[in-house]
Amino acid sequence: MSWGFLRDLLSGVNKYSTGVGRIWVAFVFMFRLLVYVAAAENIWKYDHDEFECNIKQPGCENVCFDHFFPVSHTRLWALQLIMVSTPSLLVVFHVAYRENREKHHNQKLYRNPGEIDGGLLCTYLISLILKIGFEIVFLVLFYKLYNGFKIPHLVKCDIRPCPNTVDCYISKPTEKMIFLYFLVATSCLCIILNLSELSYLIFKYSLKCYLKRYKKKQQ
Amino acid sequence: MDWGALHTILGGVNKHSTSIGKIWLTVLFIFRIMILVVAAERVWGDEQDDFVCNTLQPGCRNVCYDHFFPISHIRLWALQMIFVSTPALLVAMHVAYRRHEKKRQFRKGNQKCEYKDIEEIRSQRFRIEGSLWWTYTSSIFFRLIFEAVFMYAFYFMYDGFRMPRLMKCSAWPCPNTVDCFVSRPTEKTVFTIFMIAVSSICIMLNVAELCYLLAKFFLRRSKKAGNSKQHPNHENKEETKQNEMNELISDSCQNTVIGFSS
Repeated sequence: MSWGFLRDLLSGVNKYSTGVGRIWVAFVFMFRLLVYVAAAENIWKYDHDEFECNIKQPGCENVCFDHFFPVSHTRLWALQLIMVSTPSLLVVFHVAYRENREKHHNQKLYRNPGEIDGGLLCTYLISLILKIGFEIVFLVLFYKLYNGFKIPHLVKCDIRPCPNTVDCYISKPTEKMIFLYFLVATSCLCIILNLSELSYLIFKYSLKCYLKRYKKKQQ
Repeated sequence: MDWGALHTILGGVNKHSTSIGKIWLTVLFIFRIMILVVAAERVWGDEQDDFVCNTLQPGCRNVCYDHFFPISHIRLWALQMIFVSTPALLVAMHVAYRRHEKKRQFRKGNQKCEYKDIEEIRSQRFRIEGSLWWTYTSSIFFRLIFEAVFMYAFYFMYDGFRMPRLMKCSAWPCPNTVDCFVSRPTEKTVFTIFMIAVSSICIMLNVAELCYLLAKFFLRRSKKAGNSKQHPNHENKEETKQNEMNELISDSCQNTVIGFSS
């Protein structure tokens, strides 16, 4: 079980997405998943080993590292990727439910089980809203946990058992900051893509509804 | 999830590329991505552990390493390869869109298309003409820009392509100017020069492909102009319309869609 599972999942979702949805999937693959696996994971790999405090007191480094990094950036990033990809499963489940119903009743109930209309449209809109929600929640979490998106190269720590205020040095702060900004930028772009897909769908189906009513009135 | 997934996605685009495009893709995967994964990552793997400074002052090594290597070579290369591969997705999306349109027409029962079944649409190859030509050419153009930008970023950040053995560092908290030693500088220099050389070859391939496409475009235009000049009396409105329709039919009937999941 690895990121390949998520990749296969998203490929399955691709079938039932709109054009913008497919762009979103491609974007998540290339600029978020691939960058995470190929680059970001390795930067934070030895972050605890390379975290150095100007003191020989045993335990002080551990305690300070835990205080400044309650949850590592990479773990939060991975969680974000998983949570943001999962709402698309709702759509897959709904289409599977539709196909199951058709099989059960042994007749064609829908013009095309994968077409986005009626109940599936609601599911799709809900999945988009959830995706946007998760993205925003994680961005806010990142901001609150780490006091902004900056990574300082020096932090001052005075938690027991450190005997006084000790200088602690973070490894590769510049590289980490670059990738953090990259994460924030791609997150924001994904939010924009999801918002545009949401507005496109709402606009398209309200127009359809309006035209139907107009035709009925004419008749 | 790894570079293999990228290979799957780009492999689909390969079908609709020119021969130079196919060579470019091979060079990208064999000489850049594979070398990065199999060799370069090992060479740079122990970078901060073996970066040694001639001082016992805690924190000095971290700060000096961060000062001299704001972003590691392998991360820059990984980013470069991701960015350089992305324009090919534009072509994949355009092809997917055309196939989708073809499938829609086929389902509606359009008699003009000579397909027996939907599988034929899926497996057929597109020619690089019309709007697909523009998409393809812009993707090559973007590739060139990304390659050039990353090469320049490399040169700018590391003052050339050589990895020195010794760096002098006086950032705080280092007490004075301290000697810091990079691990495996020669091996790193060799790989850096190799990657830069392959990058340059890729740039040349892209330029050649761009010239080839432009030449093809102008040749086609001059042929059309030549034909219309030779037979001015025969070229009436009906014939142009018929020619356009024939082109549209041949265009649409050659479209096949590559999905990302293929």
